[in-house]
Amino acid sequence: MVSKEEVEHIAAIADIGIDDSELELFTSQFNEIIGYFDILDSIEEGLDSTQTRHNVFREDVPLPSLSQEDALLNSTDPEDGFIRAPRVI
Amino acid sequence: MTVIIGLEIHCQLNTQTKLFCGCSTDYREDGPNTHVCPVCLGLPGSLPITNRQAVIYALRVAKALHCEVPEVSEFARKNYFYPDLAKAYQITQYDKPLAVGGYIDIEGEDGGEKRIQLTRIHMEEDPGRLLHMGSGDRGRYTLVDYNRSGVPLIEIVTEPELSSPKEARRFLNKLRATLEYLGTFDSEKEGSLRVDANISIKGHERVEVKNITSYKGVEKALMFEITRQKGMIRRNATIVRETRHYQEARGVTTSARSKEFEHDYRYFPEPDLALLRVSSWVDEITLPELPDARLDRFMKDYGLSKNHARTLTGDLRLADFFEEVCTGIPEIAAPWTADILLGELNYRDMPISKVPVQAFRSLLMEVKKASVTDKSAVEVLRLMLNQVMDGTPPEMADEIIARLGLAKEEGDSIVEIVTSVLAEHEAAVADHRAGKPGAINFLVGQVMKATRGRADPKEIGRIIGDLLKE
Amino acid sequence: MGGRFVFEKPDPHNAFITRCMDVAYGDGPLSGIPIGIKDNISTAGIPTTCASKILEGYIPPYDAHVITLLRSAGAAIVGKTNMDEFGMGTTTENSAYGPTQNPADPTRAPGGSSGGSAAAVASGLVRMALGTDTGGSIRCPASFCGIVGLKPTYGRVSRHGLIAYANSFEQIGPLARNVGDCALLYSVIAGYDPKDGTSLDLPPPAPLQAEIQGKRIGVPAEFFGEGVNPEVADVVRSAIDRLADLGAEVVSCTMPSMRYALAAYYVTSMGEAASNLGRYDGVRYGPAPEFFRPWHDAYSRLRKEYFSEEVRRRILLGTFSLSAGYQGKYYAKAQKARSMVRSDFNRLFEEVDIIAGPTMPSVAFRLGKSCDPLSMYLADILTVPANLAGIPAVSVPCGTAGGLPVGLQLMGRHFAEDEILAAALAFEEGSA
Repeated sequence: MVSKEEVEHIAAIADIGIDDSELELFTSQFNEIIGYFDILDSIEEGLDSTQTRHNVFREDVPLPSLSQEDALLNSTDPEDGFIRAPRVI
Repeated sequence: MTVIIGLEIHCQLNTQTKLFCGCSTDYREDGPNTHVCPVCLGLPGSLPITNRQAVIYALRVAKALHCEVPEVSEFARKNYFYPDLAKAYQITQYDKPLAVGGYIDIEGEDGGEKRIQLTRIHMEEDPGRLLHMGSGDRGRYTLVDYNRSGVPLIEIVTEPELSSPKEARRFLNKLRATLEYLGTFDSEKEGSLRVDANISIKGHERVEVKNITSYKGVEKALMFEITRQKGMIRRNATIVRETRHYQEARGVTTSARSKEFEHDYRYFPEPDLALLRVSSWVDEITLPELPDARLDRFMKDYGLSKNHARTLTGDLRLADFFEEVCTGIPEIAAPWTADILLGELNYRDMPISKVPVQAFRSLLMEVKKASVTDKSAVEVLRLMLNQVMDGTPPEMADEIIARLGLAKEEGDSIVEIVTSVLAEHEAAVADHRAGKPGAINFLVGQVMKATRGRADPKEIGRIIGDLLKE
Repeated sequence: MGGRFVFEKPDPHNAFITRCMDVAYGDGPLSGIPIGIKDNISTAGIPTTCASKILEGYIPPYDAHVITLLRSAGAAIVGKTNMDEFGMGTTTENSAYGPTQNPADPTRAPGGSSGGSAAAVASGLVRMALGTDTGGSIRCPASFCGIVGLKPTYGRVSRHGLIAYANSFEQIGPLARNVGDCALLYSVIAGYDPKDGTSLDLPPPAPLQAEIQGKRIGVPAEFFGEGVNPEVADVVRSAIDRLADLGAEVVSCTMPSMRYALAAYYVTSMGEAASNLGRYDGVRYGPAPEFFRPWHDAYSRLRKEYFSEEVRRRILLGTFSLSAGYQGKYYAKAQKARSMVRSDFNRLFEEVDIIAGPTMPSVAFRLGKSCDPLSMYLADILTVPANLAGIPAVSVPCGTAGGLPVGLQLMGRHFAEDEILAAALAFEEGSA
């Protein structure tokens, strides 16, 4: 069972806001879904990767970058070529 | 109280392009966000492709540092949210790093050789750069430049085996020199090496200090932190396990807020990148001469003292410079490079690469010919370095000496000057004749003054002795 | 010869998010053919939203590799089709641009997440369309709308420019009204791309030819198990009988790993999604965050406001399954389950050439009747095995149940697209 507090904790780690009003529903859905996932528990040992390909590389040769204009195209109110972001305190 | 230090060193690899895209890494002179593409900007739908050269460079380091390269290694995603991290995850390596083990030998606190074991070396991408503006509205948000985003790094992790800030500095100097000898790293590039340190006092919790961005910072940050921890222990306070940030400007470490370091990075294998199976590549790598071998050679071939050899081989450019200027005159070149030139460069904060090789060698040749006194030669050197700083073309030593009339006074002209000084200072001459020990020094000093330092004090002493004997 | 395509037809089923009303096209095998593109495939200069508010106004500065291929084949790219936000859904109702209706019955959902592409094709708005398939998102709407949809082998079609939901599963693929068009579009987009490190360099697809004679077709019991609508099961069984009539040899088989497939798929895809969707912070693109708030505050508020509930739920579940303490229990075991599914298929493909079953356990859902999330996830049970193993799978219309289309799913060995398309064509011709 996952508690409301755990769901709140996961939301904090995930940096996803959830309202108090949503918490109840999310928690019950969480438990239903995770309850289903628990079928995996009957598998004895886990694997950490299923990647099958190896050694795919590119050569160290410069390619054209985007123009600064294109790089800033989708950002809001860029400033002197920089992109704006909220400040990390 | 035994100090235990472990380091995590991030070094930029000297590739032409970024780790996962073709953007040039030569961005330092250019405007913000001019060396970016969909991949390093984290635009939706972009995919990373690994730079082969970055892997080769990392393997070169692994081989030079005696690491083992496992058959399979893997890139993983380290998830955290920060505005300079374009994809909200950093592609790094987690439980399958490129290289494990290895070591670096340094001069330990007791002067003997000390072996520092490495835990691992892994590859990862650098995030972008945040710029905080001053006050007012502009101080309330941050500006981001993604030019650095995706630059290849290796992270070298040591075992907690360093026992003082001095050892940590020696370790870093040796590491830096090795990386430069390998041609994989350029220490003159700003921010090319950054250090996190784990510090503890034996029997107490350890503290991680992040954000040390300069060599000089490492020793200072460690000293501050050790003093702080020892002080707490003396006061019977408990040291808590935490992450602290080094504040370069103030030379102090401050506690990071708990929310920020309580990280759950949720690592998992990067599904967009293939595994690395590169252990066999290591055999094909031929290592260049490394600092230890060069040190031995300098002692053997040039007859240098261990101290001079260590200083001169501790930096690739310095060692190359020395070999360019020392032909035929190593016994003069060694002290003049390792002691005098380096002192002058440190004072000016000037890199060795700026020193005009031919001009410096011409100065050494003048010293060799004894055409100037040591004092005048230093004057000539300073002038040469000032010319570099002013951007004027460097002059050869003989030109400067002639122009400034710094040639050593010798033979008849110096005898004339001595004669006249002796005539002017009869009292001192009398004192000397009476056997007063200080008198001769006074007379030599007066001659030096009269020649403005262009005479050899020993020579003057001899001439005075000869003249007064007559 | 190139020319211009004027896209005049109305869009009564809300199949498109963005329409390009007048487009130039060039010469080539697709010259002048109008093609719809799922809105999670990057198109330079054309808004690409993934049906999410968080990408509102985003205009990619580059084309996905498949778009470059389509343009040079002469296709007329007439717009971006509706979808479940970031591919997360089975109905195309989870879109910031409203639900798409199923042309076969407008009170029904077209399936998802490539529902806009399927509806655009089924209604005749375009001749063919590109969709993407992470856990069935091409085959499900193909089945529900009564058209053909192919999920290629993982690595056959470049993902460069495909906006990631779950990188290790998804492929871009074609939707069309018949097998011939489906194969034509597939032949243009298949191929190696150095910009996608998971793409493989293989010979081009062979010309399409009907072929079923002597093929061994495996029918796993699990594909007709609990949860599969009996009427749907009957339609598909008789379709498989027709394959036998056409000369195929049908054999019964079992796939024990099926019991883990859905959980393995959701654990992995949600984990990857939680990671992939972190980048939508409004800084480099998308609606701006509140710049004067502290970073984490602004970021989590933005994500709450602009991601739908379903997307947030999957981010939370993905974060949970990867978080410290749970990774070994969920993510690592899901990878093991995945390799079990792969070995089950490998074992079966030693005995048979093609594996057949229903594409979906039911017919198209009624619009607005979506039930709880887990029940919706369960609908993917028959499509996710192919994604877990990376094998190709095609859905072809094989009849109706209660008047609504039913799809027959044919799965093949890695890179055996030609073989399953040949069988699909034989079925289509034989049943026509």
